[in-house]
Amino acid sequence: MPRVIGVDIPGKKRVEYALQYIYGVGPTVAREVLERLNIDPGKKADDLSGEEIAGLAKMLQEEYVVEGDLRRETTANIRRLVAVNCYRGIRHRKGLPVRGQRTSTNARTRKGPRKTVGAVRGKEARSAAKSAAK
Amino acid sequence: MARSIKKGPYVEDHLMKKVDAMNESGGKRPIKTWSRRSMILPEFVGHTFLVHNGKVFTNVFVTENMVGHRLGEFAPTRTFRRHGSATDKTVALK
Repeated sequence: MPRVIGVDIPGKKRVEYALQYIYGVGPTVAREVLERLNIDPGKKADDLSGEEIAGLAKMLQEEYVVEGDLRRETTANIRRLVAVNCYRGIRHRKGLPVRGQRTSTNARTRKGPRKTVGAVRGKEARSAAKSAAK
Repeated sequence: MARSIKKGPYVEDHLMKKVDAMNESGGKRPIKTWSRRSMILPEFVGHTFLVHNGKVFTNVFVTENMVGHRLGEFAPTRTFRRHGSATDKTVALK
């Protein structure tokens, strides 16, 4: 298993796809990089020469924002929104969708697992509520 | 879709006039405005705006980081007052 920039160990796949295991490299960047370095995108990642791997690593690190740097950039952007106290920052702070999606239903990716609110919970509480209603 | 660069940032004329006047006189009084859709320009930095949220005017002090946002983004129009009857009694039941 070859290593391109640090910990990333793309598997026994075509380089074109193996590269996409790197955070910040998708189909576009992967193909672009391979074309610029004249590497056959169909070649298996295992068959890459050391030279090719070095070239890939160099190019990705110098000309693209990838892995740690990219993660840092996105968190910095979010932190800015939160610090400046704008609507998007507030949504980030509350863990709700930021781009105007509905929250009446769905929005589960942002909100996490369902938590029931307001309903009477537990057997005892329910029977207590019943007797109180009488 | 984003706004065309050619047109430049959108700021309502009446607001721009007020900010320019303020910059010229060097004054620092808050500017009352209903124009939530106006983009914050670098000229606005350091001024305080009173942005209408539909009910009252919210105090917005503009810092450098806010440039490019719109005034309305800093004056929320909704208030969320928790679900259910979360009184002290029900909280204590937990």
